[in-house]
Amino acid sequence: MVVPLLPGLTRNEILRYSRHLLIPEVGLEGQRRLKGASALVIGVGGLGSPVALYLAAAGIGRIGLVDYDVVDASNLQRQVIHGTGTVGQRKVESARAKLVDLNPEVQVDVYDEAYTSQNAMRITEGYDVILDGTDNFPTRYLANDVAVFLGKPNVYASIYRFDGQVSVFDAGRGPCYRCLFPEPPPPGLVPSCAEGGVLGVLPGTIGTIQATEALKVLLGIGEPLIGRLLLYDALDMSVEFVKLKKNPKCRVCGPQADITELIDYEEFCGVPGHDHDTGSAGAGLDITAGELAGRLIGNGLVLLDVREPHELEISRIPNAINIPLGSLAARLAELDSARDIVVFCKSGTRSTRALELLAGAGFKKVKNLRGGINAWARAVDTSLPLY
Amino acid sequence: MPILKIPSPLRSYTDGQVDVRVDGQNVGEALDSLVEKFPPLRPHLFNGDGKLRPFVNLFVDSQNVKDLDGLATPLADDTRVLLVPSIAGG
Repeated sequence: MVVPLLPGLTRNEILRYSRHLLIPEVGLEGQRRLKGASALVIGVGGLGSPVALYLAAAGIGRIGLVDYDVVDASNLQRQVIHGTGTVGQRKVESARAKLVDLNPEVQVDVYDEAYTSQNAMRITEGYDVILDGTDNFPTRYLANDVAVFLGKPNVYASIYRFDGQVSVFDAGRGPCYRCLFPEPPPPGLVPSCAEGGVLGVLPGTIGTIQATEALKVLLGIGEPLIGRLLLYDALDMSVEFVKLKKNPKCRVCGPQADITELIDYEEFCGVPGHDHDTGSAGAGLDITAGELAGRLIGNGLVLLDVREPHELEISRIPNAINIPLGSLAARLAELDSARDIVVFCKSGTRSTRALELLAGAGFKKVKNLRGGINAWARAVDTSLPLY
Repeated sequence: MPILKIPSPLRSYTDGQVDVRVDGQNVGEALDSLVEKFPPLRPHLFNGDGKLRPFVNLFVDSQNVKDLDGLATPLADDTRVLLVPSIAGG
């Protein structure tokens, strides 16, 4: 990376960064390099929290934060940049306050908006490196394509339950995200953390590796994870590395690339650019919690709970039968297609997939409980906890 | 017997098993053996035409089988095959 004029360090900064200055690989010049550098953090959630905290602490001169969301109580189990006192605040503002407190020497620019094809080039072009910590496939493909088009390194990390992946995608020096994953999974096939959960400390582990890689890239030291994918398994406590090669057929960075400008990524992936449950199966296929409460007074209705058995310990609707989504296809014989069936899960995503499966098997009298048992807990049985 | 390492998004389909011993002389046969043991896994690995889904990557000795002989990549006894799907959580 060419930094023509490196900014100097003040006396305060020399003291603050003393432990960096003692490392020969960083030293005064490296620290000045970091001060002159900029990093864009896309998503200020589980990964973005440690990433932004450590980049700010390390003295990256300018940090950009992109997030459209507000802090929710269910974020705090892992999103350590936010706090109980900032629940309900814009995430970028909650994060900015923490970063400014941690290191007032750093400039923090916030983008309180979704990262989209319309704004991504404008937001990204002024940064040296981007860190992809988003929570959905459309934004990951978008971040990749922006990085390829602008010739910037994309420090990538993703997490699910106990697993983490990290790599540095830099199409000028190695493969890009699309070389590894040419196409996204079909909608619904890979659950999000909102559906499947994530160990709270996992983004801490993976996000700090991601921040490490960004610092190495900006300092020009060590061996960044270009052409390598780090695979972390917290249950095994194993770390493995696999080799990644450029895909000669890559549609965005290959010699015959046919994607030469940003596309509609939600259409490409078939899912929205966020991991919030919409909770709806679509027009005519939903029943609200209030409507269901009325219907339960009569009978003949089958309530089908497609959550995992351990979720029933959190909340349940009486007399519902439990067939987890993963085993539904094999257990269709337990259901009577002549009866009215209402399917539910936590918040409506898995039940929507169950509806598709049942429709494909010839079930015609099936509805989705919009918003899942959480909607039921809000509107009907308020003694149930939300999760 | 080769061993397939199952990532956490797919473990609910393998009764929670992480390392699954399978039969097969090559990657394709090993995957056939896997989905025979755990049929609900099939739609997660293969599309309707029986082709491996593009978002699923398999690594043998740290090499992507796409860079080797694909599903015909030979496997020795006790070779470990890493199954790496795309995950998007952040």
